Order: sequence, then C-alpha cells, then structure tokens
Amino acid sequence: MTFTLTATVPSRGVDVTLDVPEGRTLALLGPNGAGKSTALGLAAGTLRPHDGEITLDGRVLAGARAGRTTTWVPAHRRQVALLAQDPMLFPHLTVRDNVAFGPRAQGRSRRGAGTAADRWLDAIGLAHLAERRPAGLSGGQAQRVAIARALAAAPRLLLLDEPMAALDVDVTPALRQTLQHLLDDQTTVVATHDVLDALLLADEVAVVDGGRVVERGPTAEILSRPRSAFAASVAGLNLLSGTWTGDGVSTASGAVVHGYASHPGVAVGAPMTAVFRPAAVSLHLRDPHGSPRNTFRGTVRSVEPRGDLLRVRTDQLAADVTPQAVAELALVPGRTVIGTVKAAEVDVYPG
Amino acid sequence: MSTGRTTIAHDPAAAPTGLPRWTYVPAVVGGLFVVLPLLALGTRVPWTGYWTLVTSEPARAALVLSLQTAATSTALCLVLGIPLALVLARGRFPGRDLLRSLVLVPLVLPPVVGGIALLSTFGRRGLLGESIEVLGLQVAFSTTAVVLAQTFVALPFLVVSLEGALRTAGSRYDVVAASLGAGPTTVLRRVTLPLVWPGLVSGTVLAFARALGEFGATLTFAGSLQGVTRTLPLEIYLQRETDPDAAVALSLLLVAIAVVVIAVTHRRAAP
Repeated sequence: MTFTLTATVPSRGVDVTLDVPEGRTLALLGPNGAGKSTALGLAAGTLRPHDGEITLDGRVLAGARAGRTTTWVPAHRRQVALLAQDPMLFPHLTVRDNVAFGPRAQGRSRRGAGTAADRWLDAIGLAHLAERRPAGLSGGQAQRVAIARALAAAPRLLLLDEPMAALDVDVTPALRQTLQHLLDDQTTVVATHDVLDALLLADEVAVVDGGRVVERGPTAEILSRPRSAFAASVAGLNLLSGTWTGDGVSTASGAVVHGYASHPGVAVGAPMTAVFRPAAVSLHLRDPHGSPRNTFRGTVRSVEPRGDLLRVRTDQLAADVTPQAVAELALVPGRTVIGTVKAAEVDVYPG
Repeated sequence: MSTGRTTIAHDPAAAPTGLPRWTYVPAVVGGLFVVLPLLALGTRVPWTGYWTLVTSEPARAALVLSLQTAATSTALCLVLGIPLALVLARGRFPGRDLLRSLVLVPLVLPPVVGGIALLSTFGRRGLLGESIEVLGLQVAFSTTAVVLAQTFVALPFLVVSLEGALRTAGSRYDVVAASLGAGPTTVLRRVTLPLVWPGLVSGTVLAFARALGEFGATLTFAGSLQGVTRTLPLEIYLQRETDPDAAVALSLLLVAIAVVVIAVTHRRAAP
C-alpha cells in the first residue's frame, strides 16, 4: 500500500480512512462540503490532523494523537503535488519556467529542468506555448500546463482537487483524456463531485459524505450498484457501448455516436463506450437538421421528477429537461422523440 | 498587471465610468496645490549663476553626503524591512498587531522627536550609548547617525508598502510552490518576492525619497557638520539665512533628483 490516511479533524467534522495502492487512482466522490478538500489538505500538508496517521511509502508524513502533533513532514518534503481547480500558474514565469519549477526547486540544473519541462509540454501537446506567460493562455491550456507542472515535480502522490470544475464544458472532455493518459502509472487521489471524472480517471471510488467515507469499491461497481444516496444521485449517466468505426462509436441499435476521443491506438472494430450526462441531452419532436449533433430517435418510456427538472427515459437514453419543455413537447410515455447531444459533451473511452 | 493598465488606457472604446462631475473641481485644485509651488520655485531660480551656486564646495559636499547616506539607509531599510514586512504579513505570534502599530510610529512622529528618541538610545548617555562607547565607537553626531536617523524615518514606508502587497498577493502561490518541492527560502526568492515586486519597488522609492528629504531627526541626532552630517536639506536651510539664491538653486536640484528617481524606478517596475 503506497498511501494511507486515517485522520480526524473535529473542527471540520471530518473522520476519514483512505488508501491508494501504487500506481492506482482513487476518486473521492461527494457533494460540496463533504470533506474531500480537507482530506487532500491533510495529505498535502496544509492541514494538521487532530488524531491519526498519514503515510506514503511507509514513511509517516503526519501523525497526531488527541490534538498533539507527533510527526510532521512539511509540505515541500512530502513529494505530494496538489493541483487545484484554479491552475495557479506563477504569473511572472513563462510556461516553460512554470513546468521547470519543480525540478529546479528539487536541485536540478537549469538546463536539466528546462529539458524535463519541454518533455512534459510535449506530452500535453503545448510545446509551442513554452515561451508564453500564463496570462496568454486559455483556461483549458492553463490547466493542462498546471498538470504538466505537477507531474514534472515527480510526485510520489498526486492530488487533484476538482480539476475540471473551473473549466468550460466544451474543454473538459479533452482535459479528461489528457489526464487519463498521464495518470496511468501515477498514484493519484482525485476529489470530484462529477461522476464522469470518477468513471474515466479512477480505478476505485470512495464516496464521501458528511466527512466520512460511506462507500468504497471499484468504480464500475459503485456506479452500477450504488448503495449510498449520493452515489445513486450521481449515477444514471448515459453509457452507450459499441464498436469503434474510426470516428465514432457504432451502437447495437445502429446509431453512430460522435464524441471526444484521443486514443490514437484504437483499432476499428474495438469495443468502445460513449458517455454523456442526461443534462447534456435536449429533446425535439422533429429532426433538427443541419446541427453538428448526435441524434437519437426513441420512444418515451417514463417521465419522473428529479430536483427542478424532469428525467425523461427513452428506450435508448435518459434526458434531464425542464418541466416547460415536457409540457410544450407533450412528452408522455409512448411518444416518439429525438434526443440530441453535442459531440463536445460526449466522452468516448475504450471498453 | 501593467499590461492590463496599458490596455485600458489605450482602449478607445472604453466607456467613461460613472464618476460624479463635481469631483473634478477639488481634484484640479488639489493638483494645482501640488504643482504650483514647484513651478513657483522654478520662477525664483537664479538661472544665470546656477551652475556656480550648485557646484560650490559646501553644496557639492552636501549633495554627495545626501546621496551616499540616503543610498546606505535605503539598503539598510531593505535588509531590515523585507524580513519585517514578511513577519508582519505572514508570521504567527502573539503581539503581532501591537508590533505592526509600533513600527508605524515614526510615520506620525515629528522628526525632531525621532531625533531625540535616537539620542536617548545611541547618544553618549543613551540606553546603548555606553555599551557602544566601550567598543570604541561614538554614533551621535557622525555620518552613521545620519544613516540611522534616515533609516528610522524611512523604514515604515518600505514596511507598509511591502506588507500591503504581501497581504494582497496572499499565500496561495506559496502553497503551490511548496507542494512542488520548494523549500521556504526558494519559495521566498522565486515566488513570494517576484509576485510583490511592484510593491517592493514603490516601497523602496518612497523610503529613498524620505531618507533624502530627512531634516529634523538628522539635525537633532547628527547635527550639522559640513561633509560629515550636513545633508542637502540641512544645507538648504542654512543657506536660506545667508544666501537665498543658493537655497532656491539647491532646492531645485533636490526636486530634479526626486523626479529622476521616480521616473527611473517607474520604468523599471513596469516589465
């Protein structure tokens, strides 16, 4: 076991136990204020536990008993890198110097750190922006540079705190794909309230609610058979399995779903899954011609309330739409509707 | 930051802000109140004999001494003031708010009182005077005293300016830098100070200007010995009694130095 954390922070009502095996990614899934950021702060060394112990590779990073700290390794000696939802690139340094910051701070030569930075910038596909200042980057570019900067520091543990939360919906699939590639062998904890992050990035999920881990297990299992209320409320994604055609996923019903995929190695005919959330689906009675969207013709099976929205289930997918839309379209079971989803809001991954 | 400022200044499409029009009246009066005396000073300058007046032996000695002591006390302000501002902005210890108030006292203290306070500390019969005298040193009425007097009055300017910048910048970038493996000194050198660079530069300029213009504390604590403690402001005050023309000529010199310092540092601060 590479990383273990057992800690209480009574002032924040947090009492958590976590562990992540070498090279694996654990998602902390939970609503805002559930204690996810507190758990990351404990691991990063910005918060002290009241009681408990945190270890990495068998080394105790922090230990405390009844409010008295017994062991404390300061943040800069932990080999734990933290990436927040805000990229926090150093505004006075170029993109390359930002990425080279970690290696440089750890004693690498200027040249060595620069070479390492160039390699990481290449890996995230932004080598051409090396000389820019952070102010000249888009939000998605800045967050990718922040990822490269964190990984260039060669952390034993990487912490991601809502890495997509501050970004436009249009760029999150691309960033998720980047992360998916880069996190392959990296021991990682990702805190998120977004089930897509958990599904695409994590091997295992710990559902956190009220400062405690209420459910824990392999991602697929938690999302398909949720036992906690939060897991149940966030599950229910549209998952369409099929085979890869080269530019889309061909499903059993004959539809081809286009989405964001950056898996150069995937062969035509390989099994692939397209994922999108019900809120990304809009419903129409007639085919909206000329739009660059995926369209799915189906029959309404059920309409049920879901917060302020109504969830409409057809034989193919689920859509969250407003009560006004349901009234205008007169959506009742048995009616034929056309669901559309922008390709940019569809994640496509192998499996 | 400065790029944003330039963009706004040159954007022809920028709509005017909703500033009440009457504010322009007191604003113009205020501007004139500062500029007019400087222009008036210019009208009184004896241009014909100007060069002779400012290159007389006492004037040159005073100018050189002023520049030397002001530069030294600015350096001293940086060495002491940067750590002081850091500790006040980021440190956690009891009595921090009290210390912050005390450091600001020289700002509101009449300089003469500051000079007397320094005498009570470093003078022959002062608090530390005897211990210093044992070492064979005498501070009062020496060039060292000039530097101490200037540092005493100038230090708060640097500390206030830098501490404000540090508080505005916050410590979020420092946390990121530490999580990338940078130790506290590396974080300070490569992240904290570069981020507050404009505040540090303006604080340094203010401190230098205050040191250059220092009069009351210097006169009280260091006296007025030509070439040793008689800085430019003291020389100007002395000349005013005997040779008003020379006083006006030297005053203009001091204004010119102030303008040059502000112009140079302003350009340096904007990347």
